[in-house]
Amino acid sequence: MNPITDKELKSALRGAAGELDLSDATARLLERAEEEGLVEVAYATVDSPFGRLLLAGTDRGIVKVGLPNQDVDEVLSQLAARFSPRVLEAPRRLDPARRELDEYFEGKLTAFDVPVDWRLSRGFADKVLHAVARIPYGKTLSYGEVAAKAGNPRAFRAAGTACGINPVPLIVPCHRVVQAGGKPGNYGGGPEMKRALLELEGSLQR
Amino acid sequence: MATLPPFQELLDEHARDVLGFLVASVGPHDAEDVFQETFIAALRAYPDLSHGDNLHSWLLTIAHRKAVDHYRAGARRAVPAGSAEEVGGGVAVSDEALERAGDDGEIWKLVSVLPPKQRSAVVLRFATDMAYSQIAELLDSSEEAARRNVHEGLKKLRGELR
Repeated sequence: MNPITDKELKSALRGAAGELDLSDATARLLERAEEEGLVEVAYATVDSPFGRLLLAGTDRGIVKVGLPNQDVDEVLSQLAARFSPRVLEAPRRLDPARRELDEYFEGKLTAFDVPVDWRLSRGFADKVLHAVARIPYGKTLSYGEVAAKAGNPRAFRAAGTACGINPVPLIVPCHRVVQAGGKPGNYGGGPEMKRALLELEGSLQR
Repeated sequence: MATLPPFQELLDEHARDVLGFLVASVGPHDAEDVFQETFIAALRAYPDLSHGDNLHSWLLTIAHRKAVDHYRAGARRAVPAGSAEEVGGGVAVSDEALERAGDDGEIWKLVSVLPPKQRSAVVLRFATDMAYSQIAELLDSSEEAARRNVHEGLKKLRGELR
């Protein structure tokens, strides 16, 4: 018998893992990590009528909604830097938010119930976005009106900026903030998406 | 504070290698348990790392230690009957057994008879293509010692050691 060659040994050692299912092992690992509180930021990508959304949540709630035009890796790196590098793809935590978003897009849901983790917004922007969160389904406010609700009626530009950096779009409905004349105006996900959302809610002025 | 990538990236890039290392080190039956132990330990320690260089080696170092723990805890070291013989204090394996084990995907049973450093060195070198310098760091030894561990390990596997 010829002694085993390096090549054969290599092939045998490499092939050893062949039968084990990596995705099974990883799924069970995630479960255990969740149980032990080691998943500090869980994320999932979900489909929507507008494309792929990124949802990220901490133990406090949804901390980030990434719209289709946002780079996923960049968002995840920012979350790792801001909160903890224990950022993992663990879709189960995001299921309630995903279900509500599905129902919202189907026109069946008019108010989100999922808790929001507000830590990515600060200062005046935080006040603005809290005011935005209170705008009812189907209604709109102008940037000036939102600025007033946030405590500074003249800060309509700052209100616009705050909407632009909304970390949790859709759930915090910055699409319901429109220009004073009634035109929808800008939106993080693009003006067409804003129009489509306002149409969905029946609030688009013609 | 170090800029560390999201942990998911480590899973995406290195989980396959870690699992492969473990299957070859502790066998398919126990590999998943040790895989979990490895990554849970890594997750715990991760935020405290001072830098994100060489996370591949870092993970395999943890896997190596967990595999050693696993053996210490009294796991079976299965050697096929009739294939091994005591040779000068070590155990040598016949070529036939080695070939058969390779065919059956049970190479780990033969590798398991090696002492820990040789076992890990051989598996790292052949299952993950790790450079000798990195194997040395992982085993906390010199590069020369790492090469020796691979060489001696192979000799034992081939039954050449007297």
